[in-house]
Amino acid sequence: MPDPVISAASAALVHVPGLARHGSKPSRELARNPELEAQFLGSLRTFEQAVAYAPHQAFLGACHPRELPERPWAGAAPNGEGRFAGVGELMPEDEFLGLLAAVDDFGLVRLGAEEAVAIAERLGRHPLAEHLDLEKVTAAGGDAEAVAAEPGALGLHLGADRLAGAVRRAHESDAALTADVFLENLAGKASATLALLRLLVDNGIDPASIEYVIGAGEEAIGDRYQRGGGNLAKSVAAAAGCSEASGADVKNFCAAPIPALVIASSLVAAGVFRRVAVVAGGSLPKVGMKFQGHLKHGLPVLEDVLGASALLVEADDGRSPRVRLDSVGRHPVAAGSSNPKIMEALAVAPLDRLGLGMLDIDDYATELHNPEITEPQGSGNVPERNYKTLAALAVRKGQLAREDIGDFVEQRGMPGFAPTQGHIASALCYVPHARARLIDGGARRVQLIAKGSLFLGRMSEQSDGMSVLLESNEAEG
Amino acid sequence: MFESKQVIVLGERDGIAGPAIAACVKSAGGNVAFTSTECFV
Repeated sequence: MPDPVISAASAALVHVPGLARHGSKPSRELARNPELEAQFLGSLRTFEQAVAYAPHQAFLGACHPRELPERPWAGAAPNGEGRFAGVGELMPEDEFLGLLAAVDDFGLVRLGAEEAVAIAERLGRHPLAEHLDLEKVTAAGGDAEAVAAEPGALGLHLGADRLAGAVRRAHESDAALTADVFLENLAGKASATLALLRLLVDNGIDPASIEYVIGAGEEAIGDRYQRGGGNLAKSVAAAAGCSEASGADVKNFCAAPIPALVIASSLVAAGVFRRVAVVAGGSLPKVGMKFQGHLKHGLPVLEDVLGASALLVEADDGRSPRVRLDSVGRHPVAAGSSNPKIMEALAVAPLDRLGLGMLDIDDYATELHNPEITEPQGSGNVPERNYKTLAALAVRKGQLAREDIGDFVEQRGMPGFAPTQGHIASALCYVPHARARLIDGGARRVQLIAKGSLFLGRMSEQSDGMSVLLESNEAEG
Repeated sequence: MFESKQVIVLGERDGIAGPAIAACVKSAGGNVAFTSTECFV
């Protein structure tokens, strides 16, 4: 049985201040309060500010989260950091509108005539240009204002007030295919495609060598007869040129990427497929979710990016971090829903099973939401809270002295650095860093822990989660 | 301490879940009018 490894990982951010008004929260709040809308639109960040934002650089892999400067991070002046950094890039909004058109197989995204030409030219200079269908971008040009005025259509803006395009509804009466739902799904597809293309191109991987793609994003696509029954993964595979790939989506709210990684690794270990990609596009509904807290504290709208990730699982290459399938932690029904119980099931039980202690783990990656985004709205410092829970469990097991809790949190945890795109922040965002540290010897073991709020779907009071250990290739199995 | 009180319970995924708080309220004599667990990230 081949040992599965993560042989490559990528990260992508897309700056979408103009689309932020279509986030779930802003779309509801701004429509009924013109003053708030004006304040919102006056508090959007420029692309240069988004690039200079230190957590974004950490997300792309330009620095480790523990190397982030002291807060506040917001308000940093453009500082020479580039949009291409680490294992990915931060894409500006105009290019993303072009990318939306390029991956739109049904011609529903329309751009203004001038914008279509300008964006196609700009994307033509992008390092991934040869992999993008730029003819579709040019063909999307037309009368943006006229399309935006069509029944059910949604305007697409650049920044605060420049109407640059529009998206038509995908069906005249299907609530699963309205323009806003379609835009959310397409934004997920486009950003996942960006992350997958970066993974393939930056690592010299032949797209045709990918046999299966597992989607772990938040959008559940479908139509009114199967609202979440679709398959975004295969559409991403097709858009990225993975001609030999099939795929499927794994849904589990924000926890989905870790089950997806475990399934991908299992498929490789079982010899079903040789190369499996896990992809997760960004969540447009979550953009701007906490904007009221930001505005209240004089901050810009900090949730103005889509986050996307991709990774590749294949058989042991003698170098890449191994995915320890015997380390998988699950959150059983009987564990209940208190956070310590969840963490005990996900973090501690698998280590006990392997005969490892909690201090045998160099890095814990869990709920890495950027606290600068969550605190102004009253949600607190989410990763710190979880790291304290882990430390408390280590104390209870007699593996850590109470006075060393702070050191545990600081040394084995890290500051939250991910945009509040739940599935990305839950653990997936750390995979590029984990790979780097496990390859260069900075760490021997990294535990990824992801949690999902199943109760939000109102089918159960349960939550769920999964954990898995990544291990240096040199470490003894 | 909650006798004759109607209580609205809001739990949090990374903190204490709604049903756990509701169980405490009931054991303290309160009547739980509404329970929900939310995720704030």
